[in-house]
Amino acid sequence: MPFNSADLQILLPQIILVTWASALLLIVVFNREAAKGLIPLLSAIGLGITGIFLVPQFRLEQAAFSGMYVADGFSTFLSLLLVLGGLLTIAVSYGYLQRMNLMRGEFYALMLFSISGMMLMASAADLIVVFLALELLSIPLYVLAAFARPEPRSEEAGLKYFLLGAFASGFLLYGIALVYGATGATALTGIVSAVQMGIDQPLYLVLGAGLILTGLGFKVAAVPFHMWTPDVYHGSPTPVTAFMALGAKAAGFAALLRIFIVAFPEVSGQITPVLLTVTIATLLAGNLLAIAQNNVKRMLAYSSISHAGFILMAVVVYGNDAARFDVVASALFYLLAFALASFGSWAVVMVIEKREGRGLEFSDYAGLGGKQPSLAIAMTIFMLSFTGVPPTLGFAGKFFLFRAVLEGGYVGLAIIGVLASLISAYYYLRLVVVMFMQEGEPEIHKDRWLNLTAGATALATVLLFVFSEPLFGWASQALLKVF
Amino acid sequence: MDFIFAPLNLVTFFPLIGVLILLFLKEREELSRWVALVTSLITFGISLWVLGQFNSSDPGLQLPIDVDWIQVAGWNIRYAMGVDGLSILLVLLTTFLAPISILSTWKAVEERARDFMLFFLLLEIGMVGVFLAQDLFLFYIFWEFTLVPMYFLIGIWGGQQRMYAAIKFFLYTMAGSILMLLAILWLGINQGSFYLPELVSKGGIPGNIQYWLFLAFAAAFAIKVPMWPLHSWLPDAHVQAPTAGSVILAGVLLKMGTYGFLRFNLSLFPQATVQLAPVMATLAVIGIIYGAIVSYSQKDVKKLVAYSSISHLGFVMLGLFALNAQGIEGAILQMVNHGISTGALFLIVGFIYERRHTRELDEFGGLWQVMPLYAVTTLIVALSSMGLPGLNGFVGEFTILLGAWGAGQAGGSLGNILYAAFAAVGVILAAVYILYMFQKMFLGPITKKANEKLKDLSWRELAVIVPLIILIFWIGLYPKPFFALMHPAVEQLLTVFQTAGLALH
Repeated sequence: MPFNSADLQILLPQIILVTWASALLLIVVFNREAAKGLIPLLSAIGLGITGIFLVPQFRLEQAAFSGMYVADGFSTFLSLLLVLGGLLTIAVSYGYLQRMNLMRGEFYALMLFSISGMMLMASAADLIVVFLALELLSIPLYVLAAFARPEPRSEEAGLKYFLLGAFASGFLLYGIALVYGATGATALTGIVSAVQMGIDQPLYLVLGAGLILTGLGFKVAAVPFHMWTPDVYHGSPTPVTAFMALGAKAAGFAALLRIFIVAFPEVSGQITPVLLTVTIATLLAGNLLAIAQNNVKRMLAYSSISHAGFILMAVVVYGNDAARFDVVASALFYLLAFALASFGSWAVVMVIEKREGRGLEFSDYAGLGGKQPSLAIAMTIFMLSFTGVPPTLGFAGKFFLFRAVLEGGYVGLAIIGVLASLISAYYYLRLVVVMFMQEGEPEIHKDRWLNLTAGATALATVLLFVFSEPLFGWASQALLKVF
Repeated sequence: MDFIFAPLNLVTFFPLIGVLILLFLKEREELSRWVALVTSLITFGISLWVLGQFNSSDPGLQLPIDVDWIQVAGWNIRYAMGVDGLSILLVLLTTFLAPISILSTWKAVEERARDFMLFFLLLEIGMVGVFLAQDLFLFYIFWEFTLVPMYFLIGIWGGQQRMYAAIKFFLYTMAGSILMLLAILWLGINQGSFYLPELVSKGGIPGNIQYWLFLAFAAAFAIKVPMWPLHSWLPDAHVQAPTAGSVILAGVLLKMGTYGFLRFNLSLFPQATVQLAPVMATLAVIGIIYGAIVSYSQKDVKKLVAYSSISHLGFVMLGLFALNAQGIEGAILQMVNHGISTGALFLIVGFIYERRHTRELDEFGGLWQVMPLYAVTTLIVALSSMGLPGLNGFVGEFTILLGAWGAGQAGGSLGNILYAAFAAVGVILAAVYILYMFQKMFLGPITKKANEKLKDLSWRELAVIVPLIILIFWIGLYPKPFFALMHPAVEQLLTVFQTAGLALH
């Protein structure tokens, strides 16, 4: 394999991010005090620089390292989304970690490592790289989930996430092995050409695809692989939950979309029924279980499962030639809409949250509308965006998503999807009811960064709706091609 | 700049200025009331200016705004607004009822008046937008957006069961509209546009698909109207909502449903409309009679008025699906009439509720002796609601019955005069429950001590109710200008049926 400096140039954002994260770790070793202000600032700068180097890659369509790594519109969109997620995580973590006595510099370095894994996932064009990326993004997340030790719930979250994550990796690896057995290739292009030439054991390919779906299904928290989600989301420190809700989901869907659209269009006949079942189960279970929650963090965890279900609706259609174009664009757009509302709502949760896992019940939000109307209005906007009520970005996301589903001819799935939205309206509105229509004296922590995050994301959720055109245009340029 | 100051943009979004001002008025309740009142009055003024520019002999869309909005990746979504004879009266009704409602809350809403006004103005934007939007995507945004402020108005300022009523209202209405959303998407994908005039002129939707799309749209609209048997959210929402909320709910929000049928179902799916007209008319007639009977058995005045809405809107639906000029014109006028009369009835209930904090019919009696002014206004409004000749209700109902009768003849959409006959029974039943209510409240001796010292209407309350009474007489005695506004547009709408639809019979 000839080494090529152009390859390095394509990898530059990754190189910057990993180097930066390693340097941060070193700083922490020599100066524990730096965690208070310097490290968050430096992490944000590092992410910013990575973002700047990512932007010009948007127009690229280039593979590097013998086709194992790809830089294209798709990977750039997701990487930038992840960088944005990282910046928002830093904003919400800063005050929270101090308040909860979790101020340790490793937090930020681990997060940066995890982001680099997620970005790698978005660019991976080889199943081995997918596995590598999965581990790189997951291992820091296991640690972050348990970051609030010796808080038992956090330790439990870390352990649970680790065990089930290891399980998922096993599935993924086994799937990769089967695909390799069937096609003799791990590169997505290799798989495609092998399938086109004709393969002896198509069953292995289908089984392999199914196992890969299972492994990634764990990461995006699709039903029936979702069992860990409520406990881990609940037990992890809230900034980690916020980060995980977007990051792991974005990375999982990145791999899912790229692998299935590029490498497995031929097996869509066998895989689609499975996908369809998983999707419907995710939509129904996520929404129905969310109704029963009295803890806001758990409610948002189940809601996060249901949003994975919505994005899966687009993935179901991946085998349809006419709709494929919309599948990618609408999934990416939906992730963006989800990201904003998700970070915003977690920021509000952190404003109310108290130590030792208190301040997370619905009843703790009673009277927020009277005491802190701006915060309550922001939360209402997030809930409306989650439900898909205009004028919010979440509505545009659902609208675009349902088009992909209808174009693929899945009218029944679309109807289940809208019914799921209706169910979700019930529990999202319940929080609004508590905030505005019940009396109470909520305790509010003054945290400039949390307020700023909530305000900015709420404003973006409404304003970006009006300017959906450039955003969706941008997402729709993120085509997936075979290199 | 031309875009921002386009008349229809102004009339829709002017209340936003009030909203922005209100955002900066913390704890200045009195001032926020004035800001809201002035904003809504100016909006009404703008709508009159729109009326001034409206050419009533032109059947098409007027003062159109049409700019590209989302035009990427195969989407063809436009920001398109326009007003025509079908919608101009409803726009005026909305902007007219808004300041009246605001004025009616002056004393009733004490807590968080600023927030109340804020939500109210947001609601006004949504309602006017619904009547003006000509792109289905834009229409859906306004349509769904109206839920949010109304949900808060009921949920924060409502009665005892307000949270239950608010959530029920939201979920019920959303259930219908998401089905419409899928139908809208289907049209967008298969017809390549969301722009209504383009969709109508293109036509060519296969008959069986028209049938399903009709039902999907009808799900949203029939819940909103509400048509029997989808009405169960209405009594809850009405009884729990604060007075201004009820006025707007009955006056305008319900009209969004009937307007939806008129604007979208009739023109987009003419074949399905003709096919389903007897079904819709049957449901409408059931609604007329059911609403009237249930009204009669109510003990709570507000519930009585709420159920009477089901009956009155049954008339509107019957007129629409008569599919002839008389029926539809009567229906449009009846939408306006119902907005005025029922809006006024809710105001009247609100007046007495503010004094006695009860709405039980048994608590009253003999009020004429203590509140003569109040009694006279109530009598006028009640007579208008039951359709006394010379008042507005009569004109609307009579025209609708004529239309339904015509549609019952051979070649008409209903093919049976029984619809008109049963609907006429509804008129008699209306007289029964309305007079029953009036008698219980105002006639006879004063039975309760609490009623002896009640104050008659104040100047503010008169200012609220008198404009409505003027309109009641105006439409009742000289409805011609109102019909003239809508006639060309209705005629044009009907040509769709002459070419495609009525050939079926």
